[in-house]
Amino acid sequence: MTDASVPQNVAPPPAEVADVELYHAHSWITKYVFSQDAKVIAIQYAGTAITVGILALVLSWVIRLQLAFPGAIPFIDANVYYQSVTMHGMIMVVYMLTAIFLGGFGNYLIPLMVGARDMVFPYVNMLSYWVYLIATLVLVSSYFFPGGPTGAGWTLYPPQSILTGTPGHEYGIILMLVSLILFIVGFTMGGLNYVVTVLQARTRGMTLMRMPLTVWGIFAAAVMALLAFPGLFVACVMLLLDRTLGTSFFMPSLVELGERKDYVGGSPILFQHLFWFFGHPEVYIVALPAFGVVSDLISVHARKNIFGYKMMVWAIIAIGVLSMVVWGHHMYISGMDPWFGFFFAVTTLAIAVPTALKVYNWVLTLWHADIHFTTPMLFALGFLVTFVNGGITGLYLGNVIVDVPLSATLFVVAHFHMVMGIAPVLVIFGAIYHWYPKITGRMMDERLGKIHFWITFLGAYAIFFPMHYLGVLGMPRRFYEMGETAFVPASAATLNIVITVIALAVGFAQSIFFYNLFKSLKYGAPAGGNPWRAASLEWQTPETPPGHGNWGEQLPVVYRWPYAYSVPGAPEDYLPQNAPPMRGEHSP
Amino acid sequence: MSVMGLFFVFIATVAVMWLVRQGVLESPWLEEGEVAHYRRAGRAAEPPTAGRVGLAVFLAVAGCLFSLLAAAFFMRGDAPDWQMPPIPGVLWVNTFLLAASSAALQVAVVAARRADAERVKTALLVGAVTAALFLIGQIWAWRELLELRFFASSNAANAFFYLLTGVHALHLIGGLVALARTTDKVRGAERVTKALTTRVELCAIYWHFLLFVWLLMFAMLIGWADGFGAICRRLLS
Repeated sequence: MTDASVPQNVAPPPAEVADVELYHAHSWITKYVFSQDAKVIAIQYAGTAITVGILALVLSWVIRLQLAFPGAIPFIDANVYYQSVTMHGMIMVVYMLTAIFLGGFGNYLIPLMVGARDMVFPYVNMLSYWVYLIATLVLVSSYFFPGGPTGAGWTLYPPQSILTGTPGHEYGIILMLVSLILFIVGFTMGGLNYVVTVLQARTRGMTLMRMPLTVWGIFAAAVMALLAFPGLFVACVMLLLDRTLGTSFFMPSLVELGERKDYVGGSPILFQHLFWFFGHPEVYIVALPAFGVVSDLISVHARKNIFGYKMMVWAIIAIGVLSMVVWGHHMYISGMDPWFGFFFAVTTLAIAVPTALKVYNWVLTLWHADIHFTTPMLFALGFLVTFVNGGITGLYLGNVIVDVPLSATLFVVAHFHMVMGIAPVLVIFGAIYHWYPKITGRMMDERLGKIHFWITFLGAYAIFFPMHYLGVLGMPRRFYEMGETAFVPASAATLNIVITVIALAVGFAQSIFFYNLFKSLKYGAPAGGNPWRAASLEWQTPETPPGHGNWGEQLPVVYRWPYAYSVPGAPEDYLPQNAPPMRGEHSP
Repeated sequence: MSVMGLFFVFIATVAVMWLVRQGVLESPWLEEGEVAHYRRAGRAAEPPTAGRVGLAVFLAVAGCLFSLLAAAFFMRGDAPDWQMPPIPGVLWVNTFLLAASSAALQVAVVAARRADAERVKTALLVGAVTAALFLIGQIWAWRELLELRFFASSNAANAFFYLLTGVHALHLIGGLVALARTTDKVRGAERVTKALTTRVELCAIYWHFLLFVWLLMFAMLIGWADGFGAICRRLLS
């Protein structure tokens, strides 16, 4: 494009600071506590999610200690074991991963990446965080009630979840359901903001097809979450009524401890439908933001435009749509019409196609690229192999006939920890190392980062790789003790001890990350505005960390897509999204 | 879950059409310079307001919630213990009241577009009062059923009656809060501005949505949708 062909309407948009003034913080409390600034809310979300995530990590140690040394640790009885399993699962999936990706990264990155001043409904955004915090507190408070938290498993299947004999049947289950209902209400407020901000608040020139894939991933995940969480909401409300008012939505007629209960005719299968209508999309609600972030990390640190951008966007949309119609594959063993089993198997396996497209595109982006093995890049590569690994075992489990024997074994545990535990967590670490300079103005220590990466990456494999083998051996999941399960060979016990020791070590090694995180706040090398020389908009803010309203007097104008790396003829090896077209530029 | 499936197909169709219109078929690296990011029928146009889009997204979420409740209603309705409670006659009156409320808000929208402040105030007031009467009518229906000893715990059909009407009522109460704030703004304003018109429009859209949901729910509760429920069940089992 020549100068003469530059459109005439590219004068910067007028100052819009007046809007921001409406909710500008005037005191310490409104700036850092009840803040309406998406960046502060993001840090609040991430801080809360990580804190509750550490609790879930400790609970996983409880589970592992029992599996390695059954009965050796006095305080771990069957109740504590099942409570730990339940709380670990629910916290990690909902309160940690969902909250940190959407509430944390979504809040921080969406407005900056699309060139907005803030979320479109800042007050609702603030409420969203506080309701999330209350939900988390209600959940954790169940430890302080008689009977403790519920031990019904993270799926909370009735009738077991509300019957006597299940730990936490007095208060734990009620608090869990109330907490989930609150979480969903809070999330809906946040989700509305993420979606409407992407739709409405993009700056001039920021078309949908110029948004970074991180925004695409978070946007698609937010839409899915808004549509899927009502499934959990309905299930929780109805289960709560079954527990408190004695209704029979899900509770069938049954005899408990020799006594006939008042419940009649309820359908536990109905609960499973509602739960998994949420439960399966939830996997992708976590995965899609991770996909987006990884695309950006790979592109920036390999100094190359993302391969097949349009295909990547369509793959995100296709995964989003397909994942809403596959919930039934969680219910193969509940009994299902064969035609429906076939439908769910086909749609489940069909998701592999867009997912594989994304993996190919990441690999092709790396092909002949100028790869910098920075810490974020290492974590992105770690994600890539882990995700492929977990995805392939997913293909096994998507088939009804293989799923049936493996479903109740540690094979499934290994599969989902690889694909939606380790893989997204690696992305979260990579993303924190990548965006930390923008958030704090300082770099994190690269040497400590690399040590942290290798321990976490190799450690995770040492934990979950052998678990597949245990599953194939037939070691059942959810069992407190193996007891008379003679088909599990004695060697499994040795392997369990090895896994547990490594799990403890890897867990403790995370302190390296936290040490780095806090030390770098003060002692990290000053980062400047754009230390990675990245093209996307969030690195082009006038201040680092960005001030209130993000952009100072004027919003940026976007002239190109966010992956303009190694452009021939450009003065540097990247062109920021807001750099005006160059003289003689043909493909901005 | 077939009901939810139908709703999801609707949402997905709208979303994909919207995405195509927003240029997801374009190649960003071939575009040059600044381009308009909102297009309608091929040309740049004013984007809808954030409030309107926010409401549309919220209605999709609420629609999801009600579809799932309907799906659960039809799936659970297959059990042999299922026995619908008698439908209190007051529900017919309530249906009329909600329709009147919705109509009043539509009148308010028309008046707001003509900048007729007096008529907007009256219409909003009529809308709020009829909606409040609807809520009182719903409580009346609950009381009537409870007096006849149709408790939530005695049959799942009763429980669904209370749950469906309760969730709907909660949404309406939320709407009344928004309506009260809008009415307050209109009363304080000297003339009807564009922003006020938008607020009234949003309230009206929400009311029409709640009326639509109520009509579907009412049809389910009085048994007019039994045939549809049977088809849904046959699809899944």
